[in-house]
Parts: sequence; C-alpha cells; structure tokens
Amino acid sequence: MLPAILGGALIGLSASLFWSLNRRIAGISGILSSALLGRAQERWSSLAFALGLLIAGVVFASFTELVPAPRLPVLPLAAAGLLVGFGTRLGGGCTSGHGVCGLSRFSLRSLAAVLTFIGSGALTVFVVRHLLKLWVPS
Amino acid sequence: MRALLSALLAGLIFGVGLCISGMSDPEKVLAFLDFSGNWSPRLMGVMLSAILVHAAWLRWLVRDDESAPTSIGAPPAGRRRIDAALLGGSALFGAGWGLAGYCPGPSVVALGTFAPSMIVFVLAALAGMALHRGLVRSSQTPTSK
Repeated sequence: MLPAILGGALIGLSASLFWSLNRRIAGISGILSSALLGRAQERWSSLAFALGLLIAGVVFASFTELVPAPRLPVLPLAAAGLLVGFGTRLGGGCTSGHGVCGLSRFSLRSLAAVLTFIGSGALTVFVVRHLLKLWVPS
Repeated sequence: MRALLSALLAGLIFGVGLCISGMSDPEKVLAFLDFSGNWSPRLMGVMLSAILVHAAWLRWLVRDDESAPTSIGAPPAGRRRIDAALLGGSALFGAGWGLAGYCPGPSVVALGTFAPSMIVFVLAALAGMALHRGLVRSSQTPTSK
C-alpha cells in the first residue's frame, strides 16, 4: 500500500501546485478539453500539463513495468475513449477533477459524480468480466 | 512563461504519482471496480492520500491568500446543482472507464508506451470532448437564422 499512498500524495501535491501557481483545477478531462478547445491563454498551460503527464509516461514505460501497453483490442478501446471523453465533459469532471479536487473541496456535486462513475464502472466490469467473460485477465 | 513551467511541473508530478501508485496500469484500476472478483482497495488508497494532501493544502496554505476566490469550492456558475447532466455524464464516463480501465490522466501517461491502440483511445476521448462541445454549441445557437 505504500506506493499507493506515496503516489497519491504526489497527485495531491500536483493538484495543490496547479491551484496555487496557475489558479486552475487539476482535472485532467478539463485540461485535455482545454488543450484541444480552450482559450489561448489557458490552452498553452493545458498543453504543458499534458506534456508533463506524457513525459512521465514515456520515462516510466521505458524503464519500469508500471505502464503496460493496453490489453484490449482497438475497437472496444475506441468505444471506451469516446465514452470517457463525452461523459467527462457532460459530467464536468473525471477521477481527478471530481474525485481528487472536488472531494478535497467537500463538493456534494463531486461526491454524487464519484459515486455515479464508480457505480457505473463497477457495473460495466461485472457485465464484461463476469457475464460476458470478455478480456478476463489470466 | 512562468505559467507554462508550473503547469509542466504539475503535470510531471501528477504523472509520476500515477505511475508510482500503479494507476497507470489498467488492471489495477479494474481490480478496484471488480467487486465480485479479486477486489483491490488500491485505487481508494491513492485517492484518499491525494485528497488528504490537497484538502490540507487548501485548508491551511491558501486560506488567507487574498488572490483566492472567496469560496474555493465554488463550481462554475450555472452548474451548481446535482442535475441529469452531472449524473448522466458520470455514468457514461464510468462505463468507458470500466470497459478499458483508463480515465483521462492514465490514458495520457499510457501514451508513453506509443501503443497504436492507446493513441486511438486518446483520439477517441478528444473526439468525445469535441462532440460534446459541438452539441452544447448547437443547442445554444438556434438553427434558424
């Protein structure tokens, strides 16, 4: 559990720095959306944040087993991506925006969002893994 | 320039946190969502730890900052209620999350593997965001000229 606590603390630190230095919420769905569709001044710092995520990914994927290549076929991955992109914008946040930042601010809306996406995620895993028996890890 | 550097630094720390915590591995994420299988509380530990640090920061370090808005928890104007968009959007997001094991942060980190199917996932997510923006725009602008 120590890596989880340590990694989580770094995520909390990142959200704190981004709030204090940039006055922005470290919600990754919002950051990606702003990098793609946002206003100029926010757009560049969103791209810089995404670049930071990517650099961490490149380094850890090269030197550790912590970032594996996706296991799912490309079609379900594309469908999942579409759901994640559309859903997070309609719902106004994802695991970081509602989950970390929203809950840290004791937002009831974020709590409702988190319970909903965990419930819906668990239901999806149940249907895919236990009813359809698809892509079950060996 | 300073805003770009701090954003880059925050993104880097966030990414390192995701990797160290194991959240860059979709199997570990799905294990948390698999309540009737081999359930793992790891994701909850990561989130609680992140929330503890961030909540403490907001409570004790930016509380007296005069440049902070009076209510740091204030959501964007017009979106203050728990409405159908919040719940429906979150349900759709959860379905995609439960299918692949990737939420937006880990998906960008996993782009670092340069796996073609991961590039497809992120492009699909961006397309979903653009689709949402398009629908919002078309519902705000009357079609008749």
